[in-house]
Amino acid sequence: MGIVKKKMGMTVARKKEAIWGLAFVAPTMLGLLILNFYPMVNTVYQSFCKTGDFGKGNVFVGLSNYKAVAMDPTTWQALWNTVKYALIEVPFGVAISMLLAVFLQQKIIGKSFFRTIFFLPMVCAPAAVAMVWKWLYNQQFGLLNNMFHSNTAWISNPKIAWISVGIIGVWSIIGYNMVLFIGGLQEIPRDYYEAAQIDGATGIRQFLHVTIPLLSPTTFFIVQTRIIGALTIFDLMFMVMDKTNLALNKTQSIVYLFYTYAFTNGNRGYGAAIVMILVAFIMVITFLLQKTEKRFVFYN
Amino acid sequence: MSDMKKNNRIKKSVIYIILAIMVVIMMLPFVWMLLTAVKTNQEAISVDPFYIFPHDGWHWENFVKVWKNYNFLTLYLNTLVMIALRVLCAVLTATMAGYAFGRLKFPGKKILFALVLIQMMIPAQIFIIPQYIMVSKLGWMNSALGLLFPGMVTAFGTYLLKTSYQSLPRDLEEAAKIDGCNIGQTFLFVMLPLTRSGMISLGIFTALFAFKDLMWPMIVCTNANTTTLSAGLAKMQGQYGSDYPSMMAAAVLAVIPMIVIYIIFQKQFVEGIATSGGKL
Repeated sequence: MGIVKKKMGMTVARKKEAIWGLAFVAPTMLGLLILNFYPMVNTVYQSFCKTGDFGKGNVFVGLSNYKAVAMDPTTWQALWNTVKYALIEVPFGVAISMLLAVFLQQKIIGKSFFRTIFFLPMVCAPAAVAMVWKWLYNQQFGLLNNMFHSNTAWISNPKIAWISVGIIGVWSIIGYNMVLFIGGLQEIPRDYYEAAQIDGATGIRQFLHVTIPLLSPTTFFIVQTRIIGALTIFDLMFMVMDKTNLALNKTQSIVYLFYTYAFTNGNRGYGAAIVMILVAFIMVITFLLQKTEKRFVFYN
Repeated sequence: MSDMKKNNRIKKSVIYIILAIMVVIMMLPFVWMLLTAVKTNQEAISVDPFYIFPHDGWHWENFVKVWKNYNFLTLYLNTLVMIALRVLCAVLTATMAGYAFGRLKFPGKKILFALVLIQMMIPAQIFIIPQYIMVSKLGWMNSALGLLFPGMVTAFGTYLLKTSYQSLPRDLEEAAKIDGCNIGQTFLFVMLPLTRSGMISLGIFTALFAFKDLMWPMIVCTNANTTTLSAGLAKMQGQYGSDYPSMMAAAVLAVIPMIVIYIIFQKQFVEGIATSGGKL
């Protein structure tokens, strides 16, 4: 009898727990459903539609948006621009910040001062950052051309504008990556360094044979999130590259192109098709990264 | 031994030199922004070898001018309201959901949590068009609710707080149960206070993200009086892009509050970013 009673008590408790659990996740799940999962399906649907006013009167047009997007060389140019931006931001942003993090792990004076300074761009709105850099890059009156006595069209020469924007990206992200690297470095047990020291490995050799492999999970995480971040770059591009900029076509990112079509021009079906291409691209990259994880990451 | 010491000294010097160069590179844009902001336009565009410091007096009144002309008080308030609403909603919903996912057993838990993870993996751009249509149908364009809209719940925050709750020891709940707490009370009085650092991380992360966001405010707040600092700057640049001192003064005004908050709460910021480590 006692056992049965206990069992029944358990089920009542379980039921209560289930009710509390469902009640607690309800707001979040409902929100995700309305704000994310419905929109996701809706975007897919809209990519097959011609846009009427205010999303109403969508006419199903099959693949014609995709055809138009795929036939337009601007799309592929924008995708390529985005990849080029990522090729600057990710490797340089990661390498420089890793080096800084390792430096700040040494016994040096003013650690927190350096960390504060390097992290500063992270708390600034990209819109403001872009405005300042645009002023630095200004061809006639900018500080850079004055300093180097040059007349470089930093952001309106199609050949170099993507590099100039990439530099802003690197400048903005270094502090953030560095903080993540410092976190990763602190997790490496000191014994490894002591053992390396006994074996006569110092400085650069220690860095190559102890730090790099043991830090690789952190590095992989940062590289992965930064690749995705760089592929969806918008703010810097939008603020630096005016609509009238000669280098716009050779520099604008895919999300910028999406914004122009979906919101400036109000052609949401076309915009939705661009988003679908971006999402497919990111999914492929994510999949490839997962595949390579074992090869690059050293797990203890 | 002295050889090693010498080596060490050289190594240290190299490190200091590199760090110093980096400080100059990182600070240069800030310094130039501030110096340009207090010059006259005439001086700002004088190519002549280049005046570093304004020698025609420091025109602090540029800030007053910009503050008045571009309605900075409204921009600050709008940004503040947006950040407050988003932080409140995110921390509230994610704490509850994080506790349930981290500590409770209920039917459908695995599937529901899989949905949370899926949302985190999908690029946010796919949500924007329908979110915009919903906001415009609800009549929330140019309003605080419109700014809040996509941030009402957070999959990332749910994940973050789930891990905080999971790291707490089991006996706490047992003890609370023996004391006669129901699950709601256990959550509110025993567990929730222990995840303070997780909640602070999420709060900082949400606030920073909202502060930096540009595309959403531009889409839902087309009116200059209802928009945020970021989107406001974009509008100013489009209209008065060649008045460089004013633009720089506006940029200074837009970044100063967050920099001050960051310097005061530096430890929380850095720890928050390091632990949340997510997507910013």
